Formats: sequence, C-alpha cells, structure tokens
Amino acid sequence: MDIGLGEYLALASILFGIGAVGFLTRRNVLIQLMSIELMLNAVNVVLIAFNRYLPENHTGQVFAFFVIAVAAAEAAVGLAIVISLFRVKKTVQSDQADLLKH
Amino acid sequence: MGTAGDLLFLVCAGFALGAAVATVTLRNPLRAAVALLVHIVALAGLYLTLNAHLLAALQLLVYAGAVVVLFVFVIMLIGPTAAISRGPVKGVLIRTAGIALMSLVTVALAFTMIDVAAPYVAMPPCPPEMGAECGQFGGVEALGRAIYVDSLVPFELVGVLLLVAIIGAIAVARGRSAAEIAQARKRREERELEAAHERAEEKRLAAEVAAHGGH
Repeated sequence: MDIGLGEYLALASILFGIGAVGFLTRRNVLIQLMSIELMLNAVNVVLIAFNRYLPENHTGQVFAFFVIAVAAAEAAVGLAIVISLFRVKKTVQSDQADLLKH
Repeated sequence: MGTAGDLLFLVCAGFALGAAVATVTLRNPLRAAVALLVHIVALAGLYLTLNAHLLAALQLLVYAGAVVVLFVFVIMLIGPTAAISRGPVKGVLIRTAGIALMSLVTVALAFTMIDVAAPYVAMPPCPPEMGAECGQFGGVEALGRAIYVDSLVPFELVGVLLLVAIIGAIAVARGRSAAEIAQARKRREERELEAAHERAEEKRLAAEVAAHGGH
C-alpha cells in the first residue's frame, strides 16, 4: 500500500465529518466543544499534508500553527461560557439554555 | 514514503479515527476528554509522518498539555451534573436523518479525496557534519524563521488575541464574590425599607386628608 496525499485528505474529511456529526447531535456542551476541536484538528491535518507535498515554503504549517493558537483561545472562552451557563441553569445541556425562547 | 512511515500512518490513522468516534459517542465527558487526548496524540504521530516535527511537539504541548487539561478542570468543577442528560430526546427522526446525510456527505468527500495524487517530494537529508540543525523542512529553525520573519504581524496579532481571550474568559467565568453579593442584598433591603416608609407616610397623609374632609 502506498500512502500519498489522497489518504491524508480522506482521513481528514472523515475526522471532520465525525466532529460535525458530534457537534450537531450531542446536547452536552462539553462534548460539543470537543467536537469543534476535532474539526479544527482535521483542518490542520489537511494544511500540513498539502504543505508536505509543496515544500517550497512553510505556509501550510504556519497556518496550522495559527489554527492551534486560535483553537486554544476558543477553548478557553468556550469553557468560561460553559461555567457561566452552569452557574445560571445548573446544567450543561445546550437545549436547556432557552431563556430567550420562553 | 518508506514502509515505516506507512505503518506509522496506518497506526496513527486508526487510533485517530477510533478516538474521534469515542469522543463524540461516549456518555461520560471525562471519558470523552481522555478519548480526545488519544486522538491528539495520534494526530501528533501523523504530523511526524508529514515532516512537521515542530508542529507535532506544539500539538502535544498546546492540546494535550493545555486544552485537554482545561476540559478536565471544567468537568471536575461542574461535577457529576456534567454526565447527566435530562429530559426526553426530542426530534429522533430529524436527528437520524441528519446523521445519515452528514455521513453520506463525509463518505462521498472521503472517496473523492482519496483519488487526489501528488508527486512524492523527497526531503533533502542534512549533511552529516551539521547533524539535525541544518534548517530542515518543518524543523524548529525553518518554521521559526517562517513564523517570526515572514508572518511576524499575524504572530503578534495572535498574541493580542490570546490576551483578549484570557481577559474575556476571566470576565465571563468570574462570578460575583460572596462579599459583593451580600453588599448588593443589603443595598436592595435598604431600598425596600425606604419604599415601605414612603408608602406608610403617603397612607397617613391620605388618612389625614380624608379625616379633614369628613369634618
């Protein structure tokens, strides 16, 4: 078996799909945040795989570096919002956060 | 790519896929966080097969060292409520249809992507007298030059973004302290007491007026 660019891209698309399904179907906010991390990581795999097959510059890897930094910031703010939600509603289920609905 | 690289890809891809499925299906968020950790370590192995050595190290430092620990902190802070799912599951049909549609799109995308081919580019080996410090693709020196020289402004902006995120996280997650809550309650009680006094005064005046009118 010969592993090339296509295998990495296929793996990344499956990982992104798993993350998207998890984000859309789970109601636990913590699991939804983890699914967002899965999707960001899948995009990182694509960036680094393309950069490996075009190694004249490091644009893909630099972009992946920035994605990692933004994902860390997003996780910090997202978890702060989870704590704030838990303080108000005493739950971490996203469908219980419906104050605007009632 | 050599046989060892292929083997590393297959092992890491298998672990990454299994751990990703476990992350989104496990009921207990703590177990999901551990599955996310396995996923991240597997992805770091994948980055090694792609000559991204510094990014593999950064992945372990930032994700395994910071993000997953942050998740575990929050799960521990919330306690057993984090694992309880209350209420009946609404919209089973539309949820199943959504999962089926998303899986279909994903499988189609994967089967399209697997046919993408690119000519294999061999990495030039380091000259033996320089060791591992010859500015190899994806190493510390080459990627550091790309980050700190070619994209210095975005790098500084990411620093500002992280600072803002820290301040925002503190502002959002920080509740009022017990002293502040007590002070607010005291102020409210004083206001209510004043309002009650005013009402009593008005009632007394109205009674006086009524009494005068009666005479």
